[in-house]
Amino acid sequence: MALAKKDILDLASLSAEEIRLILDTADNMREISDRPIKKVPTLRGKTVVLFFYEPSTRTKLSFDIAAKRLSADSLSISTSMSSLVKGETLLDTARNLQAMKPDVLVLRHGCSGAPYFLAQHLKAAVINAGDGTHAHPSQGLLDMLTIRQNKGRLQGLRVAIIGDIAHSRVARSNCEGLSKMGADVVLAGPPTMIPRGIEEMGVSVAGSVDSAVEGADVIMMLRIQKERQKKFLMSTEREYARCFGLNARRVARAKPDVVIMHPGPVNRGVEIAPEVADGPYSLILDQVTNGVAVRMALLYLVSGGGRHADAD
Amino acid sequence: MPMLIKGARIIDPGNLDAVQDVLIVKGRIEAIQPPDTIAAEGEGIRLVDARGLWLTPGLIDMHVHFREPGQEYKETILTGSSAAAAGGFTAVCTMPNTVPVNDDAAVTALIVKKAAEAGLVRVFPVAAISKGLKGEQLSEFGELQDAGAVGVTDDGLPVMNGQLMRRALEYASGFGLRVISHCEDLDLADGGVMNEGPRATRLGLAGIPNACESVMVMRDIALSKVTGVPVHIAHVSTAESVAAIRRAKQDGIAVTAETAPHYFTLTDEAVEGYNTHAKMNPPLRSMADRQAVRDGLADGTLDVIATDHAPHCPDEKEVEFDRAANGIIGLETSLALGLQLVRDGVLAIDTLIERMSCAPARIMGFTCGLRPGRPADITLIDPLKEWTADACNLKSKSRNTPFDGWRLVGKAVMTVVGGKVVYGDDMFTGLLDIK
Repeated sequence: MALAKKDILDLASLSAEEIRLILDTADNMREISDRPIKKVPTLRGKTVVLFFYEPSTRTKLSFDIAAKRLSADSLSISTSMSSLVKGETLLDTARNLQAMKPDVLVLRHGCSGAPYFLAQHLKAAVINAGDGTHAHPSQGLLDMLTIRQNKGRLQGLRVAIIGDIAHSRVARSNCEGLSKMGADVVLAGPPTMIPRGIEEMGVSVAGSVDSAVEGADVIMMLRIQKERQKKFLMSTEREYARCFGLNARRVARAKPDVVIMHPGPVNRGVEIAPEVADGPYSLILDQVTNGVAVRMALLYLVSGGGRHADAD
Repeated sequence: MPMLIKGARIIDPGNLDAVQDVLIVKGRIEAIQPPDTIAAEGEGIRLVDARGLWLTPGLIDMHVHFREPGQEYKETILTGSSAAAAGGFTAVCTMPNTVPVNDDAAVTALIVKKAAEAGLVRVFPVAAISKGLKGEQLSEFGELQDAGAVGVTDDGLPVMNGQLMRRALEYASGFGLRVISHCEDLDLADGGVMNEGPRATRLGLAGIPNACESVMVMRDIALSKVTGVPVHIAHVSTAESVAAIRRAKQDGIAVTAETAPHYFTLTDEAVEGYNTHAKMNPPLRSMADRQAVRDGLADGTLDVIATDHAPHCPDEKEVEFDRAANGIIGLETSLALGLQLVRDGVLAIDTLIERMSCAPARIMGFTCGLRPGRPADITLIDPLKEWTADACNLKSKSRNTPFDGWRLVGKAVMTVVGGKVVYGDDMFTGLLDIK
């Protein structure tokens, strides 16, 4: 089976079957990164452009490593060096990129929907590496891969996602993906950060962090941004940590084998207590490792690959 | 040259609904009489066979942006007038957010002059309430009025300062200028780009709550009450605003209001796929709001249909949704979308015509209605004409319409301003008095 899609823009447009294909492919890819020579020739001759309009360290590096381990030629453009600073529109930038005939374009953009706009104007495959507050499909996939790896399944798991849901593309992609795969997703955070109508994505909203983590198999914490104070979305970081942060006492309400996740970068002592972030149930670094595998799978599948021979 | 329009159904709201003949002489309506009773044979008379067509008072759009001066790449007074004529409009009111802002008599005078040069429809400038639309200082209402302004508004932006709004109402009343309010609480809008709700949440777009509009509608109603000065609410989009205006009217407060065809036709579903042609301010709302707007038009809570015709060039729409300009063009599709309300059973036909002609005239202090002796501002409508809205083939300079490709029914086929044929469709092209 191959992926019948030009682009990976969100998880809403992927079927459960397609998500399983991506996760299975990533499972196979993971092993490549454990080899002494971490490189397969699969995407030799393919050009992958990493186009990051927003600052990003982890995601960009992860895509870059993924492309290189598959022998693709990857190059990255960031806002500071692109023509954007010279006032070029996204459309013109897209047309110019297209003229250089890349195979895959990985886009990070501050405006929700920007990858859709590019995908309409590009022949190259577009992978959304995070757009505004809308979607971050590769993060959702790597989170699902990490959970599946640890729990053996996604179906029927209780996953609590805690924090600023309103401004989180990670939360949205996880809501879409996890509920599609049969997990029971429950959200919590200050009511100022729970967007209107989020329940329509097939998730529920808990009245408190304590009740959200009650009996959870997975707790996923979201990064809190201090700038939110200016928008009246929160009081102080101190109060946030106390009322909405994850500490050992709250973890104790979850299942004994609960796992803790965080998309990073972590604000230690704000949304997550250091002893929790570093605790034995923390999968935060597994997420990073799996990120490379998922991105290898995505690059491979949008380049027309089916089941991967090198990795089997 | 005199013109005799024969056999049309005359729809003059509150006055006449019958098949009659209309004689136009020297730019004025000379006679409206039963069929074949006007003796007007002889040379030099233009006969128009209008059987099967409707003849109405010239339509008036009291809310358009013609972009001149300053943004002629989007629209000019000439191209905007041409779009208005093609849409069946004989008069428009232009909003002041030009560059420079129409907060100065010289700008008003320029608009009046350019409109006269265009020579198509009547263009009535609405000037700025505050200098530069900055909300800091009242414009010179008296001078603006002398130059031709018929009202004041900061449209495009709200008057956030309640005291300024109060004083604007009081100051304007001394000149008899209508105050039009763009109701939006900028703090509640907080940079939002579409209707707040499940769809905005899923699309990851910042939402604008209904209260953003309705709290300001309620404020302006309260200010109208305290000052006793009428206020007109522009582009109503929410159920709460409609309810507030309905209640205010019941209480005898002198509030009037308009809505736009997109608010009674579309919902925020049109934003799906990050369609920037569905981005406007106020935003497209929910199905419940759309219904409330329709109900408001039906019971007269909303007096007027006005388009908020807002031309933008493709470069301002073919961008990221967050960065796209607000607004759509509307002059050439308004009547057909209004006629759909008639087919949907929302409005009687004479009510629709009233909402698009006599109601805006009443609010702005223009004369309206087909009576002998009045200037011959009339619109001839083919109610059954099927056509496809083609953004590339509109008279407007811009193409930013969400109705591109829509099959529409009903169209203005001839527009007459002061006896001059300024638009003629198909069979009426030969009657055009313009090049």
